[in-house]
Amino acid sequence: MALLADTTVLLGKELRTEFRSRELLTTTVVFILVVVVLFSFTFDPSASESRRFGPGLLWLSFLFAASLMLQPCFLREQNNDTLSALRLSVRDPFSIFLAKLSANTLFLLLTEVLMLPIFAVLYNVHILAVFPQLVLVLFLGSLGVAIPGTAFSAISAQARMRELMLPLLLLPLLTPVLIASTEATGALLDVNPALRVDWLGFLAGFDVVFLTALWLFGEYLLEE
Amino acid sequence: MKAAAFTPTGIRFANIEKRYGNLYALRRVSLEIRAGECVAFAGRNGSGKTTLLRIAARLVRASAGKVDFVASDRQETDSAAPAGFVAHATMVYDELTAEENLLLFAKLQGIAEPGSRAAALLEEVGLSERRKSLVRTFSRGMRQRVAIARALLNEPSVLLLDEPATGLDPDGITWLANTLERMRDAGRTILMSLHGESEISALASRAVRLDAGSVVADTRTGSDMHGILSFAGA
Repeated sequence: MALLADTTVLLGKELRTEFRSRELLTTTVVFILVVVVLFSFTFDPSASESRRFGPGLLWLSFLFAASLMLQPCFLREQNNDTLSALRLSVRDPFSIFLAKLSANTLFLLLTEVLMLPIFAVLYNVHILAVFPQLVLVLFLGSLGVAIPGTAFSAISAQARMRELMLPLLLLPLLTPVLIASTEATGALLDVNPALRVDWLGFLAGFDVVFLTALWLFGEYLLEE
Repeated sequence: MKAAAFTPTGIRFANIEKRYGNLYALRRVSLEIRAGECVAFAGRNGSGKTTLLRIAARLVRASAGKVDFVASDRQETDSAAPAGFVAHATMVYDELTAEENLLLFAKLQGIAEPGSRAAALLEEVGLSERRKSLVRTFSRGMRQRVAIARALLNEPSVLLLDEPATGLDPDGITWLANTLERMRDAGRTILMSLHGESEISALASRAVRLDAGSVVADTRTGSDMHGILSFAGA
C-alpha cells in the first residue's frame, strides 16, 4: 500500500528532523509552561476553582501552543523548495499531509503529557487515577487540532502575513474542539470522575470529518 | 558510464498557457523537443522559463494546453513525467545528511534497493566521503551535487534544470558542465533555463528564447544560438 509506505517514510523524516533540532518541542513545552505557571500565580486558584477553570485554561494553552507549533510545518518545506521534491516523489500526495499531521499530533501529545504533572501540582488536581482516560481525551483533542492545523499551515505558508494568518484561520475553527476537550477533561478531573463518551464521540466525529475533507481536497492545497 | 537504464524520451508542448488572474506567464507555447536534445531556454526574468519547466515537471498545472512525453522506441505519448527536476533551490533537506536525503526520496519513489542506488549516486557526484554529513554543512556547489543526485534517483530520461548554475563558483560550474555533458551523451533529454552564455550553455544543441511568455526565437544553428543565449541576461 503506497499511501501507508510513503506516510511511514515521511513520518520518519519528520521525527528525525525534529528530534535532531528539538525546535518545536522545546518552544511548545516552554510556552505551555509559561502560560500555566502565570495563570497559577495570577489567580492562585483553590481546588474547586482549579477543577472548574483548569481544563479550559489547559486546553487554551494547548491551542495557542499548537498554533505556534504548526506554523513552521509547511513553512520549513519552502526554504529549499523541498515540498516540490516531495510532490515529485510521493505516489499519493495525501501521504504528505498524513505524515505531517501524525507528527504534529505526536509532538502535541508528547508536550501535553509532559505538562500534565506540572499542571496537576500547580492546580492541585489528581490525575493519576484517570491518566489513561486523560490521554485518550488528549489524543482525540490533539488530532482535532492537528488535522485542520496541518491543512491551514499549508495554506498560510503561501500567504503574505503568514504568521498572523494561521492563528486567525485556525483558532475560530477549533472552538468546537476546545469546548469538547475542555468538557471531557473537566469531567475527568471532577470529584466524581467520569468519561464523557458524548464529548469523545463529538471529538472523534470532528476528526473523521476533517480528515475526510483533507483526503478529498488536500492535493489542491499543495499546488502552486 | 554504464548503459542507459532509460528510454530516450522527447517532449511535446502543445499550446501551453498559464495565467495567474489576468497575468499571462505563458501564451500558447508549442514546442517539439526531440529525444536526446539539449535545449537551453533563455530570456529575461519573468519571461516564463521557470513556469514552462515546472509545468513539464507537473509541479504547476497549465491553464490550457498539454505536455506529452514521447518515448523514442514507441510513438505513444505519456502524460506522466519521467523527468528529474533541479531548481535553483536545492530541493533537499539541510537537516538531513546527503545519504539520508537520497534514501528518503529513493524510498518515496519506490526504488528497489534504495541504499545501493543512493551510494552509487553519491559516488557519481563525488560525495561518498561526505555522505554522513548534514547538508547544511555543505557549500553551495556540494548542495547542488546532492540536488542532481536526487534528480537522477529514478534514472529519468528527461532532465529539467531551472538555472542550475545559480550561486556556483567557477569550479562548480565546470563540474556541472561535465556532469551534464555525460548525461547528454548518455542520451538524456535536457531542458535548462539559463542566464547568459557559460560552459553550461555550450552544451546546448538548441536554444529557445522566451519573451513575455511567448517563444520569440528557436534555433539549432550555432551562430543564432550564440545570439539568443548572449541576449539572455537581466
